[in-house]
Amino acid sequence: MDMTIADALRRGVLRASCLLGLVVLGAGSAGQVAAQERFIVVASTTSTEQSGLFGHLLPAFMAATGIEARVVAVGTGQALDMGRRGDADVVFVHDTAAEEKFAAEGFALKRLPVMYNDFVLVGPASDPAGARGNDIAAALKKLASTPTVSFVSRGDKSGTHAAELRLWKAAGIDLATARPAGYKECGCGMGPALNIASSTPNAYALTDRGTWLSFKNRGQLAVLVEGDKTLFNQYGVMAVNPAKHPHVKQALAQRFVDWVVSPAGQQAIASYQIGGQQLFFPNAAK
Amino acid sequence: MTDIADSLRLAFDLLLRGDTELLGIVALSLRVSLSACLIGAIVGLLAGAALAATRFPGHGVLVWAVNTLLALPSVVVGLLVYLLLSRSGPLGSWGILFTPTAMVVAQSILVVPLIAALTRRLVLDGLREGGDQLRSMGAGDMTAALLMLLHERLGGVTILLTAFGRAVAEVGAVMVVGGNIAGVTRVMTTAIALETTKGDLPLALALGLVLLGVVGVINALIGLIQPRRGGVVQQAFA
Amino acid sequence: MSPAASAPPLISLRDAGARFGPTVALRDVSFTVHRGERLAVVGANGSGKSTLLRLLHGLQAAQGERELHAPAGAARPVLAMLFQRPFLLSVSVRWNVLIALWLRGVPRREREARCRDALARVGLLAMAPRQARELSGGQQQRLALARAWALRPDVLLLDEPTASLDPSAKREVESLIDEVACDGTTLVMATHNLGQAKRLASRVLYLDAGRLAADMPVKDFFDPATNHAASLFLKGELPWT
Repeated sequence: MDMTIADALRRGVLRASCLLGLVVLGAGSAGQVAAQERFIVVASTTSTEQSGLFGHLLPAFMAATGIEARVVAVGTGQALDMGRRGDADVVFVHDTAAEEKFAAEGFALKRLPVMYNDFVLVGPASDPAGARGNDIAAALKKLASTPTVSFVSRGDKSGTHAAELRLWKAAGIDLATARPAGYKECGCGMGPALNIASSTPNAYALTDRGTWLSFKNRGQLAVLVEGDKTLFNQYGVMAVNPAKHPHVKQALAQRFVDWVVSPAGQQAIASYQIGGQQLFFPNAAK
Repeated sequence: MTDIADSLRLAFDLLLRGDTELLGIVALSLRVSLSACLIGAIVGLLAGAALAATRFPGHGVLVWAVNTLLALPSVVVGLLVYLLLSRSGPLGSWGILFTPTAMVVAQSILVVPLIAALTRRLVLDGLREGGDQLRSMGAGDMTAALLMLLHERLGGVTILLTAFGRAVAEVGAVMVVGGNIAGVTRVMTTAIALETTKGDLPLALALGLVLLGVVGVINALIGLIQPRRGGVVQQAFA
Repeated sequence: MSPAASAPPLISLRDAGARFGPTVALRDVSFTVHRGERLAVVGANGSGKSTLLRLLHGLQAAQGERELHAPAGAARPVLAMLFQRPFLLSVSVRWNVLIALWLRGVPRREREARCRDALARVGLLAMAPRQARELSGGQQQRLALARAWALRPDVLLLDEPTASLDPSAKREVESLIDEVACDGTTLVMATHNLGQAKRLASRVLYLDAGRLAADMPVKDFFDPATNHAASLFLKGELPWT
């Protein structure tokens, strides 16, 4: 059987593709083996990840300790659930009440405060409801009584969602019985919620400053309410209790907790900025 | 429309720059989905051939199950595999949750019914035409089915390409079992999802175009290694 | 009934029948195929010719009895079948024959030689590397014949092997079938081409609505003086040449 040049070319391409395939498959596995043991899984929230903090913090942690922190970013509810299941070594979220419950149930030995950031109310720059100012309770009351505006809630059991619900309650508005006409729940993360708000006319939303600063699809949205003390969003860190899940990497997890509240870690947090603005304010107990 | 134009430019830019993070994400996507398709091919092709050629008690139920699983949403597969691999789950001791291995497992489960169902149809149609001749030549049930797979190999390649398309384009399963960990389990689709939720739509779209481009290159390579012929069977693939 | 009754029997059917659901395709069929015979099975469309062949081959579940008689030195007779439209795998001509040999358990060292032999006899050796599906209709049927021939079958069953071929291909394939028979292979061929039956057969079976209505030597069958169940059929059919 004669082999034409075309056949030879074809065989060449086939061999090259197989080789390439093996390289791709092999390269990945090699990388994995190297990083095998010195890593921990940290369950945190999407808003924290999207703020870009981890891109800044984790390399510093790795440099200081040689430990790789692998962050799985989900909603607060899911992050705590991961801790309960033992699928994470550390839980790092911002819902103090839920965290304390987690610790009380024995899933963590201790909860340590780490830092806070703040929420802001964003809405159309024209502000049809007249919410602008530094009093969130007053702003929410105005939103509830202006029928032409809408409010986009994350509705996903996240720390942000929990904070939002507390703020409505503090403003004296019972969402269960007197839900404002324009109140919408998307069951989604902070970014998608802001996307919905920016594409809906006269829509307001509550967001953490970190996500807002990185959010590029603003449309007509602008910050309308900020600085109110009740808008502060406290973060806590917990190492999962080995008594509940013996396999967790307790030593490595503890080093993460220790580092994040240490002066070095706190400094790393404070030095993270977007557009010259600091996002997170370290407040670990001295 | 300018968004799309921006994204095209951004996509080329990313590729030309050889952005290492992007290359890592692309390599992982390929690695996970190709591995899943390899496993899916072995299990699915054999299962599909067996379902076409043999009869046994419960055969009808199995066919119904395979056809129903075709519509399995990827996020449901992700959830089921997560519950299996979770430390609190039955296979927790394997410790593979949030690793590429878990992603391969999930995607394999996703593509096996697809490959099996399509292969069964392919082999059945083939056996309708040539089953008698093969049996006359002394082939047993399974042998006839495998010979039919050889006979219809171009159709088989299309099936595997379909499966690869489904695997590399899905986001629900790999997000849940992989966790979208930067540098470890972030693949193209989860990266796109992340950029979308961050509101960076041009980048998300650019990544989407890169994904399409990668799949396009693979298809071109496959097209290259098929010898040129004019027959009907070959035209079915072209 | 058969002039070669002294030749050893190969396949016997006794009160055999076949049904597809409610339809009875064959009933009460009894006859024996002897070595060296060339049987033609004739009858109108739907009379059960194909079913009879499949029954003889064992492809079809049968009622009644089907018995295979072991030829000298072997467990059972080797059967091969040709269909009206040959099914060839989408591989080369050569590989089609090799796979057939492999399926029948022919030892590895013999396969190449037998393959080459068979292809040469049907005149397709030069086409060995070509894709089988690219061959013309006549060439494909010759390949099917080579594939069967390579197995050295005791009985070759043919189901209207030339019905789909143009006249010149028809002649080629017919002469090859003749060669196969001269080689010693027993033939059982279903055909509605009476001229073909006249040319190739030594004995004719006539089927009428699933029943074996006539079974006699070819000379008697086509003798206008003989009055038998198929006379009307013969008169009605235009003899093809």
